[in-house]
Amino acid sequence: MNDQVDSGRRRLLTAATVGTGAIGVAFAAVPFLASWLPSERAKAMGAPVTVDASQLEIGQSMKVVWRGQPVYIVRRPKAALEQIKNHDRLLADPNSDDSVQPAYIKNTHAVRAINAEFWVGLAVCTHLGCSPLGAFQPDNQTQLTGIDLGAQWPGGFYCPCHGSKFDISGRVFKSMPAPRNLTVPPYTFAGNGIITIGVDPQAKA
Amino acid sequence: MAVVPESPESGESGGLLAWIDRRFPLTALWKSQVSEYYAPKNFNFWYYFGSLAMMVLVIQLVSGIFLTMNYKPSAGEAFASVEYIMRDVNWGWLIRYIHSTGASAFFIVVYLHMFRALLYGSYRKPRELLWIFGCVIFVLLMAQGFTGYVLPWGNMSYWGAQVIVSLFGSLPVVGGSLVEWIRGDYVIADATLNRLFALHVAAIPLALIFLMIAHLMALHEVGSNNPDGIEIKNLKGKDGHPLDGIPFHPYYTVKDVVGVAGFLLIFCGVIFFAPSFGGLFLEAPNFEPANALQTPPHIAPVWYFTPYYAMLRAVPSFAGTQVWGVLVMGAAIVVLFFLPWLDRSPVKSIRYRGPAYKVALTIFSVSFIILGVCGLKPPSGIYPLLAKICTSLYFAFFVFMPWYSALDKVKPVPERVTGHA
Repeated sequence: MNDQVDSGRRRLLTAATVGTGAIGVAFAAVPFLASWLPSERAKAMGAPVTVDASQLEIGQSMKVVWRGQPVYIVRRPKAALEQIKNHDRLLADPNSDDSVQPAYIKNTHAVRAINAEFWVGLAVCTHLGCSPLGAFQPDNQTQLTGIDLGAQWPGGFYCPCHGSKFDISGRVFKSMPAPRNLTVPPYTFAGNGIITIGVDPQAKA
Repeated sequence: MAVVPESPESGESGGLLAWIDRRFPLTALWKSQVSEYYAPKNFNFWYYFGSLAMMVLVIQLVSGIFLTMNYKPSAGEAFASVEYIMRDVNWGWLIRYIHSTGASAFFIVVYLHMFRALLYGSYRKPRELLWIFGCVIFVLLMAQGFTGYVLPWGNMSYWGAQVIVSLFGSLPVVGGSLVEWIRGDYVIADATLNRLFALHVAAIPLALIFLMIAHLMALHEVGSNNPDGIEIKNLKGKDGHPLDGIPFHPYYTVKDVVGVAGFLLIFCGVIFFAPSFGGLFLEAPNFEPANALQTPPHIAPVWYFTPYYAMLRAVPSFAGTQVWGVLVMGAAIVVLFFLPWLDRSPVKSIRYRGPAYKVALTIFSVSFIILGVCGLKPPSGIYPLLAKICTSLYFAFFVFMPWYSALDKVKPVPERVTGHA
């Protein structure tokens, strides 16, 4: 034994102890961080939803809840369907290339729907998740949204939080806070105006 | 049993205080931090807001503790429990109004406290760390304001939470899963409310108290700045105390009591006569319960977030993502931390600075207020353009500071602090 401190050895042992402790802390942190993830109960609540939209008048809309999110079903006027074919130049993503929807919706281009008359899409703004308001007719838009969208308003959605505007197919106009068109969930028709949200058409049967 | 005799030094003389002092440095702490902490003798009106912030923190802690005794942090019960506090709990309305008004008061006091630092260069060397602790406190205070705002589970709480949590979703790659992790569900839900409650009543207050102590320790280590921006420690008298310093107690405790009295007069006025303050302190849509299907027609955060909210809205989405607005808003806070190194002026206080800094600070302050107004208004008409201009001016104040502060025409700084007598 000598009285000299072997400082190299002491440094190594200190580093090893601190390192081991740090690894232990990192592992111990995992359960706490993971406890913030959606619980098993939250995961289980995601079943498809079936609604009867046949009672909607033309120009009317309804909202249903699917996986806790509001979903719009809009029965579109014929005039609006003509209008949406002619304003691609005003839109940020007219062909929905950067937007989220099933392929069978994307293939319908401006219509963005299985049945052109019924438009289905999440009422969740792609900006920060507010719920856009429907303003489908030029004459009642001020009453619905509280602001004047202009006489040229083609009919569509307006997000009250940050002012994003979408056309009646949920396609966002240029230079809006929202980067993408409104998301369309998978859905299918089960008869006349009966819509099941959360299921693809081919998956049915 | 043998009784060990007390040594003469630790004898039982001197009463209770001496008994404590032999076991805990009570008198020493009191002297070093209060009765013999020498502060510059020329403090003015702007120096009220540090002690006021501390008092508001205590008000919030006490009123908050009593609110938790009746509040229920569950999506099904939260709104009703707040109404219960307001209607049925004895004096519950008062405790809640103290807490909700206190939140706004905290931000008023802290904004003025920060403006004082800009006026007199209180963030300059050697007070950089003091300033950084303060900035962290400001960030925590914003987190505290947000989490607290969600708890009543009114419709504005719900949609405010939706918007703020979605901010994280705009980050590339990790955004989606990060938001899910924060919410603990696929939407803002019970799990979200419950964890925000835990953060609001335990985690953030603990961190705030810890940082407030660190802020004070840093302050007492380097000493207070003053309206002249002169280091009083450079000139000490024979007794070793700064010539321009006076003991914090009794001189500034007495001064601060005057500030407290004035503050409480206004504070109580708001609590008793205008607790919602025209919709600024408590917003109308929050008087109806959270509704996942119905965004309020006009979403605006509480007034103390509106300048930053206006910046978020001012930036359009670009290249298929809205992350830019979020980054600009984040940068507006982060840039504060760098202030000590952006300022290259040879003097600290605005009293000895030239016209460039005075103009810059005026433009900055006016822009900040205009941004606050823009954030309250719907995003239409003149407001989006105004917000874009003022966001640019806000950043210009910081980005160009290394140049205009260095080139500014400064006046000579006196050796001793100025003022009456």
